[in-house]
Amino acid sequence: MAAEQARSLPAPRPSLLRKISAWFYRHPNLSLMALLGVPMLWMVVVYLGSLSALLIQSFFRLDEFSGRVIREFGLRTYEQLFTAAHIDIMLRTTLMALAVTFTCALIAFPLAYYMARYASFRMKTILYLLVLLPLWSSYLVRVYTWKIILSQEGIISWFFDTFRIRFILDGILSIPGIGGTSLSFSFIGMFLVFVYIWLPYMIIPINAALERVPKSLIEASSDLGGRPGYTFRRVILPLAFPGVVAGSIFTFSLTLGDYIIPQVMGNSSPFIGITVFTYQGTAGNIPLAAAFTVVPVVIMVVYLLIARRLGAFDAL
Amino acid sequence: MSSQPSDRPIAVSLQAVSKLFGVVKALDNISLDIYDGEFFSMLGPSGSGKTTSLRLVAGFEQASSGRVLLYDKDVTGVPPFDRDVNTVFQDYALFPHMTIEQNVGYGLMIRKLPKPEITRRVGEMLEMVRLPGYQKRKPSQLSGGQRQRIALARALINHPRVLLLDEPLGALDLKLRQQMQIELKAIQREVGITFIFVTHDQEEALTMSDRMAVFSHGKIEQVGTPTEIYERPRTAFVAGFVGTTNILSGHVAERITESAAAFSIRPEKIRLVSPDAPNESKTTRVGGTIRDVIYLGMTTRYLIEIDGGGDLQVIAQNTETDSTAAQATRGQRVDAAWPTSAMRLLDVDNRESGA
Repeated sequence: MAAEQARSLPAPRPSLLRKISAWFYRHPNLSLMALLGVPMLWMVVVYLGSLSALLIQSFFRLDEFSGRVIREFGLRTYEQLFTAAHIDIMLRTTLMALAVTFTCALIAFPLAYYMARYASFRMKTILYLLVLLPLWSSYLVRVYTWKIILSQEGIISWFFDTFRIRFILDGILSIPGIGGTSLSFSFIGMFLVFVYIWLPYMIIPINAALERVPKSLIEASSDLGGRPGYTFRRVILPLAFPGVVAGSIFTFSLTLGDYIIPQVMGNSSPFIGITVFTYQGTAGNIPLAAAFTVVPVVIMVVYLLIARRLGAFDAL
Repeated sequence: MSSQPSDRPIAVSLQAVSKLFGVVKALDNISLDIYDGEFFSMLGPSGSGKTTSLRLVAGFEQASSGRVLLYDKDVTGVPPFDRDVNTVFQDYALFPHMTIEQNVGYGLMIRKLPKPEITRRVGEMLEMVRLPGYQKRKPSQLSGGQRQRIALARALINHPRVLLLDEPLGALDLKLRQQMQIELKAIQREVGITFIFVTHDQEEALTMSDRMAVFSHGKIEQVGTPTEIYERPRTAFVAGFVGTTNILSGHVAERITESAAAFSIRPEKIRLVSPDAPNESKTTRVGGTIRDVIYLGMTTRYLIEIDGGGDLQVIAQNTETDSTAAQATRGQRVDAAWPTSAMRLLDVDNRESGA
């Protein structure tokens, strides 16, 4: 009875789509090409293409009298790049990027750990939302909001005044090098805004890495006599390290290249981003701008090499 | 050795322990003593509380009420890293970023033994679990069975007073599992440490244990030697969970024993005899019809419909019968006969009243 029914089931009707699918089934290489065609085209032409155009530009130079780009290969532009003032800019930007990255990691880790290990499903959803919510609003709006918060008339100033502890804020602002007339006109303020803006990019990858550490590994370490601190150093941190590095790549490279926050906040000391912006815009010196853009790329390569030496990618 | 365990000191004692997860009662007021040097199994279906009990002994969970004692010392509030027990985890929990040597030597490193001493002991331990020369490999390069041995070595190297094993053979295939059962037992005899072994596999528990506890719904149904548990199950649950059995109750039981009390009779204790065969002494006998015959290679399983209602499973060794001959008996009238002494009266309400 059942067998008869099975026999009487009609065969699927032949159609053009069926034929095409069958043809792809017989040509697996072509289906792979169909899958990767568009993304590869994008990667090669748009992404690598613009990068190499940039690299080539950096070997051209600007004729200082006519203001025209001379399309000849040479290292003259790079000579201009490594002047004392420019090296200052590179150091300042790199230090800021390092400080921001380090602080982001320090703040993000405990939160990511809580989310991965202790939070209930509901709590986790709420925290994810809170972490990602700021990314839904405009970057510019958030930066300018912070400028107001940190300004002389802002809420933080008000707080210190109201509680008659103004001297603390003044003390912080008088630190040479990173202080200033108000928080929004100091490196401290710029640093705070950078940390705020890039923090989600650190939390998410660390959380993803910690989610992948099975609970039993932590229990095993404890079972073998490891106190929580030991377990953290020997088991949790090494296994979460790729996540920390992934997050730090975001925060570090985003800080290196940003040109808006250093313009809005701080005492208008130049950063790499601003300098590139100025050279390619008002100064019209495209080759020098291109050469300056190569700097963060090189810094990132060095950064990744150090990360690899530290074993960041061993667990991948 | 296992016949009189009570001569020995008590290694682990759970005293009126309950564990709640939210509103779920994972353990409901259980008490249990495990003796020094015993191979003790905790058997039960998933969610019966066996793993929770083990985790309470390890210190991964804290009891909601009651006490946990380790060699007469109250460890109820002691964290895992201060307890003299080690665990072999179900998923092995080997540290993926460390070599085998670092994994096995982890406990010794924490105890700050000198490096050469650690190297020597790790070598000895790998020798014992028959994986010498594996020091420099990573866990990902090992097979399931090998990882299992490394997990065992990593725990045993610390000479714990009690070794806890949480379904350590669950992920292995049948052949490897049987081999590891024998090896585990041999290692336990060699090191003389108390083993507490959690499993849902009744055959594994029967094969390996000196004594075992059967768990169900957060309570202990029965504690005893494998023979006691198998031959003299006290409750219907134990009779049904450990091995297969026929449980007859109500009017079916009444027709056989003249009492409605439930009893259990193991299928292998029952013989099928011709209805006109003479009665034997000390034998209970009931007439029926062979409804189904399942050929299992070594044995054949018969399903008998008892006259007037009720079913019986019977397992017969295929000493002379082959598949065709067995199949041909379908539909025949037979008598099922078993030694009266093989019947076990069951305490059906035992579980509800709290054994």
